[in-house]
Amino acid sequence: MAAPVAQNRLVRWIDHRLPVFTFLDHELHQYPTPRNLSYWWNFGSLAGIMLVIMIFSGIFLAMHYTPHKDLAFDSVERIMRDVNFGWLMRYIHMNGASFFFIATYIHIFRGLYYGSYKEPRELLWMLGVVILILMMATAFMGYVLPWGQMSYWGATVITNLFSAIPWIGEDIVTLLWGGFTVDNPTLNRFFSLHYLLPFVIVGVVVLHLVALHQHGSNNPLGIDRKGPQDSIPFHPYYTIKDMYGLAVFLLVYAAMVFYAPNFLGDPANYEPANPLVTPPHIVPEWYFLPFYAILRAIPNKLLGVVAMFGAILILFALPWLDRSRVRSARFRPVYKWFFWLLVIDCVVLTWVGANPPEGKFILIGRIATFWYFFHFLILVPLIGVLERPLPLPTSISAAVLGKGGPKLAGAGAPMEKP
Amino acid sequence: MADTANPHASGQPTRRDFLTLTAVATGVVGAGAAVWPFIDSLNPAKDTLALSTTDVDLAPIQPGQRVTVIWRGKPVFIDHRTPEEIEKARQVDVNALPDPEPDEARVQKPEWLVVVGVCTHLGCIPLGQKTGDARGEFGGWFCPCHGSVYDTSGRIRQGPAPANLTVPQYTFTSDTTIRIG
Repeated sequence: MAAPVAQNRLVRWIDHRLPVFTFLDHELHQYPTPRNLSYWWNFGSLAGIMLVIMIFSGIFLAMHYTPHKDLAFDSVERIMRDVNFGWLMRYIHMNGASFFFIATYIHIFRGLYYGSYKEPRELLWMLGVVILILMMATAFMGYVLPWGQMSYWGATVITNLFSAIPWIGEDIVTLLWGGFTVDNPTLNRFFSLHYLLPFVIVGVVVLHLVALHQHGSNNPLGIDRKGPQDSIPFHPYYTIKDMYGLAVFLLVYAAMVFYAPNFLGDPANYEPANPLVTPPHIVPEWYFLPFYAILRAIPNKLLGVVAMFGAILILFALPWLDRSRVRSARFRPVYKWFFWLLVIDCVVLTWVGANPPEGKFILIGRIATFWYFFHFLILVPLIGVLERPLPLPTSISAAVLGKGGPKLAGAGAPMEKP
Repeated sequence: MADTANPHASGQPTRRDFLTLTAVATGVVGAGAAVWPFIDSLNPAKDTLALSTTDVDLAPIQPGQRVTVIWRGKPVFIDHRTPEEIEKARQVDVNALPDPEPDEARVQKPEWLVVVGVCTHLGCIPLGQKTGDARGEFGGWFCPCHGSVYDTSGRIRQGPAPANLTVPQYTFTSDTTIRIG
């Protein structure tokens, strides 16, 4: 039953020809959403808002930035010192990358815990992995732009990964560089792509949302909605919940921007790039550290690179690696523990990635890398078959309203808008 | 929600109305505060503003000679006027001019005319600085874009320009040097 969208004649006139209002009403207003979503479900929209903040602040930074190897560093310093509020825009953008990754990583772990990648949401999950890869490429190229020491040597190390490809590796690296080392042509193309890729991300995010709205959000119970009594309209219930979460998230973000803007950065990047001197200890930004640890854990150049990329690509196969039909880890007594072990494993990999590859870190890095792949390739399929899940509730509303609890008047009836 | 319980029906403002209004007002102020730095970042930066004065040594400029200097990226015309040119500029009936302004108000020392060399019509640079340039019939400057004619005081006399050539702020830092800006 389609209710009239609006009384306003202009709105109706437009909507009759271009149904944007019907679309928005359908997808944001009425859009039936499980009534039991927890705050873990905030991080998708938070990541989306971070994407908007990054594009917005990035466009303004690009107005003041010069993509030339002799001018880039100074132009960034000019943004910091001379451009009105340039320091603020840059710190928003710099820390925004970190907070974008924080939101995205929590979003991914939430999906892992509650089985959001399972049928019928496999493509939704895979589009998310595509977004993650695009984000990483964008973040990496953005980090090169200030042309500091870490920019330059990070770019050198990461582009050199491709030299591990047998036979054609060296040629591919030359192609990436546009020269025989990371140089001005590299900086120029990275700037171009760093500007382009966020809009590609927007495109994939739209597909991600189309796929999401096809079957709607998963929920903490991991069971399907069985009727209107299991749903509430997205607006106002989840718009307000998303906005409250956003306010808390922005509070933390703003605290970083204003009080610890360089906490997550590397001081070496405030030194201009010097192609003749490598800094003693090259580390990527924190959000790349687990993958960096995996790269270094394997004492073979090609296999290290394969493992590093494999660590991300393995997520594409996850919907088929996990044989369990139960989505939520709440009802998976064994998987639940291994999920938390994986979280700890990723934290350990981050810690190892931040330290020089010597002494105990080599062994710890290898164990943690082994565990990462062991989790996805062996444990997840095995647990899916061997584990005996707890009984699932009959419906979302039955579980939410409780069995022995007082029966509320109207409880279980479809929720309406106030 | 039953309609009878809805205070909206009675037309009275409710607590929710108050919350909505305060929340929206706070949001608008917050959004404005967040957007302002971005808008202000488009204004001239501190290094741009730091370059906003130009010092000029007048000593080598001979009477009758015109010199162009750059100030804030714009040409500034410095004219070491001859007594005839000063005389010509001061004989005019000020009230008959399109933009009435006496020559005395446009110079600090009569022999030195300093004006921004940008036509007040649409921003072209008038001719007249080089020997052999068309200076127009009033001996000042002539804008080739749309035919505005300026006199020896840089005042508009003919053509579409609405105002006289702008006199920038400048001070004599010594007898023979000025600082523009």
